[in-house]
Amino acid sequence: MSQAADSAVSGETFLTLLLEHARVRPDNVSIREKDLGIWQSWTWKEVANEVRWLACGLASRGFKRGANLAIIGDNRPRLYWSFAAAQSIGLVPVPLYQDSVTEEMFFVLDNAEIEIAIVEDQEQVDKLLELLPRCPRLKLIIYDDPRGMRHYSQPELLPYSELRDIGREYDEAHSEFYPSAVAEGKSDDVSVILYTSGTTSKPKGVCMTHQALIDAARGDVQHDGFNEKDEILSYLPMAWVGDHLFSYGQALVAGFTVNCPESSDTVMTDLREIGPTYYFAPPSVFENLLTQVMIRMEDANRLKRWIFSACMDIAKRCGAEIMDGKSVGLFDRAMYALGNMLVYGPLRNNLGMSRIRVAYTGGAAIGPDLYRFYRSLGINLKQLYGQTETSAYVCKHANGESRLDTVGRPLPGVEIKIADKGEIWVKSPGMLKEYYKRPDATAESISPDGYFMTGDAGFIDNDGHLKIIDRAKDVGKLNDGTMFAPQFLENKLKFFPFIKEAVCFGDGRDVACAFLNIEMQAVANWAERKGLPYAGYVDLAGKPEVYALLQECVDQVNADLAQEASLAGSQVRRFLILHKELDADDDELTRTRKVRRGFVEEKYAPLVTALFDGAQHCEIETQVKFEDGRSGTISADIAIRDVKLVTSESVRQAT
Amino acid sequence: MAQTRALGEPILSMDEISLSFGGVKALTDISLHVREHEILAIIGPNGAGKSSLLNVINGVYHPNRGSVTYKGETRAQMRPHVAASQGIARTFQNIALFKGMSVLDNIMTGRTLKMHAGFFWQCLYYGKALNEEIEHRHKVEEIIDFLQIESIRKTLVGRLPYGLQKRVELGRALAAEPDLLLLDEPMAGMNIEEKEDMSRFVLDVNDEFGTTIVLIEHDMGVVMDLSDRVIVLDYGRKIGDGTPDEVRNNKEVIDAYLGVSS
Repeated sequence: MSQAADSAVSGETFLTLLLEHARVRPDNVSIREKDLGIWQSWTWKEVANEVRWLACGLASRGFKRGANLAIIGDNRPRLYWSFAAAQSIGLVPVPLYQDSVTEEMFFVLDNAEIEIAIVEDQEQVDKLLELLPRCPRLKLIIYDDPRGMRHYSQPELLPYSELRDIGREYDEAHSEFYPSAVAEGKSDDVSVILYTSGTTSKPKGVCMTHQALIDAARGDVQHDGFNEKDEILSYLPMAWVGDHLFSYGQALVAGFTVNCPESSDTVMTDLREIGPTYYFAPPSVFENLLTQVMIRMEDANRLKRWIFSACMDIAKRCGAEIMDGKSVGLFDRAMYALGNMLVYGPLRNNLGMSRIRVAYTGGAAIGPDLYRFYRSLGINLKQLYGQTETSAYVCKHANGESRLDTVGRPLPGVEIKIADKGEIWVKSPGMLKEYYKRPDATAESISPDGYFMTGDAGFIDNDGHLKIIDRAKDVGKLNDGTMFAPQFLENKLKFFPFIKEAVCFGDGRDVACAFLNIEMQAVANWAERKGLPYAGYVDLAGKPEVYALLQECVDQVNADLAQEASLAGSQVRRFLILHKELDADDDELTRTRKVRRGFVEEKYAPLVTALFDGAQHCEIETQVKFEDGRSGTISADIAIRDVKLVTSESVRQAT
Repeated sequence: MAQTRALGEPILSMDEISLSFGGVKALTDISLHVREHEILAIIGPNGAGKSSLLNVINGVYHPNRGSVTYKGETRAQMRPHVAASQGIARTFQNIALFKGMSVLDNIMTGRTLKMHAGFFWQCLYYGKALNEEIEHRHKVEEIIDFLQIESIRKTLVGRLPYGLQKRVELGRALAAEPDLLLLDEPMAGMNIEEKEDMSRFVLDVNDEFGTTIVLIEHDMGVVMDLSDRVIVLDYGRKIGDGTPDEVRNNKEVIDAYLGVSS
């Protein structure tokens, strides 16, 4: 970081940062997008102009400071510019999840009193037009991609390019307008409202100031030493705090280049072409990548398979240690160098991770195999912890300190306190200002002495690292008093490649039981190799062979649990395999793919009853919603399996 | 569907076309018009002569009698290369792509007739040939974007599922920037979702590029929804010609093909 940027002026906003980059490094690439197969770039200077014209275009339509503007779509440069353009004239951008169904969208549009929407394409326009009669405040819908829009004649619609041209003319006529509008912005203005994913209740709008986000971003940038030469691929939802922090906040603080993939289906190819130096992915993405690698390795010939497994053994032994700069024997170092030439290097390249300096994961627990795999390849994978309300700025692993079971030490400026029931309380520079129009919720979440109550249960270990166990309110007790931490169990189950999703029940009951979802790709592949015929998801999920396969996984989890005194009693004693995949469209998961346990328990009440009353099978009929909004039903007769209790002695004998 | 576009003059007319293979009469005295910007569906039972009719249009089969008028020029028969260079493109009932080539290369082949650089310059990949390649690649990328197949741009066609191969084949036909597009069972063997996608693309092609489309299809739902006009063939004869509603209520057609509705 340069000295100049460090001495933050009091009136610092994202706009002053943008203008500073346009002045200091006008010809550096700010953002790229792949269009018609070619990467198009915009320099900081060009971006500053685009933002200026868009802002003038919006202003010419007469919107007043403080009005809210929705941004909906995949990661597109023009949508990122919309954030800055809105902020420059005092509008508050509110990003929405682009795959929300209309009802979810309505809640936010209504709750945030949205007046303007800037959206990506026809798909989003259609959703908004459907909601238009119920959202009288919404006056202007701006769309980026004109495809399919030729026959739309609604007066509310306006193409992005047209608004930009209007703005350009307006700017020429009123050249003093934009600088004065930017100067009016204050660092404690609300810069963005991010809606929480709503795991437990209706989403809440989290109001963030410029100051909070800039401080959080600057803390991250200093912690990991990001600079203007870094590259990231922005492919996670723009409505999620992480993407806003990485692709907008940090990019504007550090001045690095943001790359927008061509479409959500091409992320893997784009990753390979860009070769980012800084990468964030939730564990599920890392898991998908690993599954793909493993599936393709299984199809390779025997020699290649042998080389791969031999090299991976060496990497597992010493790869992560070499990366962390710990002492490793000469022989292992030599073998690792050989493996690097034969396997790790080409594999990293294939994954698009050749240039990665820092990779983060977070949002959910990551499996030990997964974590070990990437680190042993020489990818500096670390974990971070944070939530929307703290700008995701709480804890992070430092280089060389990455550990599987913790989320790192508190970042500079962060204070952590462990309250009742192990709940984590945080004071962070990136704290929210308030929940939008919800003083009650604000008062409930922020303690009188200024801590944000995260609702997560955890503790600080001997090295000063924070360890997360579960959601504080989910930690329950079995009838015999054993601690029951469902998410902890579910994560352990989900670490197996055959299990996609798990939901555990046990609070206030005699034993712990689980719903499982198979991972279709992995199980289908396994079935193919076994020569096991099946007719589809429902059929495959109900096969006795598949039950036997998953039972082995459950047995192993129980064996692990048996070794931890406090959790040994909460072993999974009965399980079933669900006939349908849990899906956000059916409200069973949040948009960030977290299980809504309470909802699932209610929806599948007969199955839960069957789990606990000793039945051997249970019939159920379920409503499902398809992507196009239609619904149908799936019915199945689901078998239930008993699992043996593992005692700690039997584990010791076996090992 | 937005019915704002106006149908133009006939772009293609067939007059009393008859075609026989030895003693088998494939087509008998077929006369029809295809008007500009129209989506015309040809339906009929197996062996009714639907594919033969398409083959006559693009000159693969030569009729024994009758004439074909295309863009104002009347010929006793079309020739395939004339048809192709005059803006007629088609897809096939059984996918006819180059399985060992990538999606991009397959669609590029649709541009062949529009490439003018000589063999020599193409070998050197320099000068005019290079500029041309860039220009054609741009057009092909627009088609890839249009059909939303960016993610498989560099995948070998042989590795793609059937529904996507059909889409690639449509892409190759579009690469020729046709005025008249012949689709031979574009939705055969597809599931509902794939059919919906394909229907959307057919409508979009017609709407955005103004392409006239003649398609053969068995799925009556698709035919009735998509087409402006339907022609019904049975044993090589035309037994119906009109809007979907007219055809649906035509007694002869019901007997021959649609079945008796109660």
